[in-house]
Amino acid sequence: MTGDGQAWLIRNARPLGGVPTDLLLNDGFIVAAGRGLSAVGAQVMDAADLVALPGLVDLHTHLREPGREDAETVQTGTQAAALGGFTAVHAMANTEPVADTAGVVEQIWRLGAQAGVCDVRPVGAVTAGLDGSRLAELGAMADSAARVRVFSDDGRCVSDAVLMRRALEYVKAFDGVIAQHAQEPRLTDGAQVNEGEISGVLGLTGWPAVAEEAIIARDCLLAAHVGSALHVCHVSTAGSVEIIRWAKSKGWRVTAEVTPHHLLLTDDLAVSYDPIYKVNPPLRTHADVEALRAGLADGTIDCVATDHAPHAAEDKETEWQVAAFGMTGLETALRVVHAAMVETGLLDWAGVADRMSARPAAIGRLDGSGTLGASGSLEAGAAPLHGRPIEPGSPANLVLYDPAASSTVDPAGHASRSRNSPFAGMVLPGQVVATFLRGTPTVLDGKLAR
Amino acid sequence: MKRHLISAADLSRDDALLILDTAEELSLVADRPIRKLPTLRGRTVVNLFYEDSTRTRISFEAAAKRLSADVINFSAKGSSVAKGESLKDTALTLEAMGADAVVIRHQASGAPYRLAGWVRGSVVNAGDGTHEHPTQALLDAFTMRRRLGRLDGLRVVIVGDVLHSRVARSNVLLLRTLGADVTLVAPPTLLPVAISSWPCEVSYDFAATLPKADVVMMLRVQAERMNAAYFPTVREYSRRYGLDAGRLALLPDHAIVMHPGPMNRGVEIAAEVADSARSTIVEQVANGVSVRMAVLYLLLGGADLAATAVPATVVPATAVPATAVAATAVPARTTAPTTTTTEVSR
Repeated sequence: MTGDGQAWLIRNARPLGGVPTDLLLNDGFIVAAGRGLSAVGAQVMDAADLVALPGLVDLHTHLREPGREDAETVQTGTQAAALGGFTAVHAMANTEPVADTAGVVEQIWRLGAQAGVCDVRPVGAVTAGLDGSRLAELGAMADSAARVRVFSDDGRCVSDAVLMRRALEYVKAFDGVIAQHAQEPRLTDGAQVNEGEISGVLGLTGWPAVAEEAIIARDCLLAAHVGSALHVCHVSTAGSVEIIRWAKSKGWRVTAEVTPHHLLLTDDLAVSYDPIYKVNPPLRTHADVEALRAGLADGTIDCVATDHAPHAAEDKETEWQVAAFGMTGLETALRVVHAAMVETGLLDWAGVADRMSARPAAIGRLDGSGTLGASGSLEAGAAPLHGRPIEPGSPANLVLYDPAASSTVDPAGHASRSRNSPFAGMVLPGQVVATFLRGTPTVLDGKLAR
Repeated sequence: MKRHLISAADLSRDDALLILDTAEELSLVADRPIRKLPTLRGRTVVNLFYEDSTRTRISFEAAAKRLSADVINFSAKGSSVAKGESLKDTALTLEAMGADAVVIRHQASGAPYRLAGWVRGSVVNAGDGTHEHPTQALLDAFTMRRRLGRLDGLRVVIVGDVLHSRVARSNVLLLRTLGADVTLVAPPTLLPVAISSWPCEVSYDFAATLPKADVVMMLRVQAERMNAAYFPTVREYSRRYGLDAGRLALLPDHAIVMHPGPMNRGVEIAAEVADSARSTIVEQVANGVSVRMAVLYLLLGGADLAATAVPATVVPATAVPATAVAATAVPARTTAPTTTTTEVSR
């Protein structure tokens, strides 16, 4: 999909929250930016007072297809993504079957291309069947039509230090990155909630911060030792932020993400025993939330990633300890970041664009750097370009956002097939008004355009 | 009182004292030739037990029957909560049966809170995972007050696997509400990491706590904890944290020894201690029925009772005061069947 031939003239949008500017989109690219543009035959959209951001890129999405199409499909998941302002999502490998072969990642890649509302970048499993014992065929996935560059056993930790070292080394050959789900398994056997005051009072097995931090520290050292790239998934503790800050200060190739829910919610929500708040890693304390926000603001944490984890109702309408881990997040991510980072003065819109588009695109090798050779088109053997500045020559991947809006989150209205949003009933600022993928609107007036 | 009794923290000081006072009155029923009051006639109490617990289930069953409630025993023991009918579907079934109260024992902490969201009746927590067991704490407080005459200022030492103990959690909360001073004694591995935030003292030195104690409560310790490295061996546990005759001798003369049962004789408590005159272990069981009668009565009957009270003159002389129970006893043989046992095997 390289545009549909229809040019769009977006009037008076504020790129990165700056001065109002007209943007002309044609043939999949931004072709002009400036005041008072005109174009014969172009569709005109009045974007006065709307912030224009580059299309958001999610490094961490569970689309559940193949295997759990009752919870989400590539189609519903990418629709949810578009409604949230995303133009690219990375689909995690813990599907059934696991995305651990070229065949499965190509299947997911094709389903994404067919859905057509948001680019789908498959993440390959690090170990075959996510069993943590032997490497999956990482090279075959990298060379496939899906051009996989991010590998993760997310949901499980690559806890074996030797296997982790080999994985980090092996992907250097094709500029890959290992995205680690940092969870020391022995320290978290049966764990349910953050270990602290709340776990003790509730009688739920504690999930100590050290179980995350110990793995992150080890992996930073391993990445440094073999000179490879480590990405840390869903950082959730203040201690993890400190370790990553230290690793970065050494110049090591370590990047990290934080989820919207870890930027806003805390472990005391578990007092209701409502598993809507059950997530891996668990919600942490207020002090952790403060440290995560500070880490995202100063760049220690590179990006926001949703860890969108849809679950069927019956997997959440249970006792806490048998419920599934995870929360939906695509459709609320930008609004939560608005509330947690922008309204608090920690990030401006340029900062949001950096943390939700440019940096995740760079980590996923979608910014045109590295060996992937990302381009403005979506063809087999190539990868689409994302996270580029809003300027002529960039692919026309855009989100137009109304920062003055405000509404109560109602999961019943979400495009995701699942309803497990922890933000249900909360008033959040903002509204995604429109999303453009390579010049074609996927969302208009806050609704799916196609 | 709140509609449900799920945590000891649900109870204000006045609520807790009302329950204890009511239990005191209701305990007189046990001494009567006909141990039955018509108070909850026509009301349905469901015992929903996902865990084996003969003593707690029988205690609740006896309490409900003595108040003439219809009792349904819904035993889901042996069924995995992860398989079979969900708790929600079971709740909807009980709702359709018109349960006025559901007494739930469940291996998952917090399950009673989930249940309370799905049924209209009162939910009584009979033990949920490693969370709470509030009626146990009430019967413990009842026993302490009977034996020692007061709760305010009482020094209570609770010893054992606090981390996994619902009894300890409920007791710490309730005893604090009632003005007692609690000291927890355990190996550090069996205490929650944030124990300093609890309203109690903590000690690793069992013997040092004994000379000032009014009550020593021993918790059951499971030998399996040894396999998870909580302590090296059962013998070492017993040596450091068990109550034997030597430690018993350190207690003041008036002090009592409690245990929620079932006991591991020779592990956390020596047989001679369990069987000593200071032990209230059997008494606790008897008191459990009275306390659970009081809880069911206050949750289900209390509001209606004043309106339907019959004149005090028809209350037998041996009956409890009219404030608690205000109707004549019905001879047992004319009482309609009150038990339906539904064994659910899945």
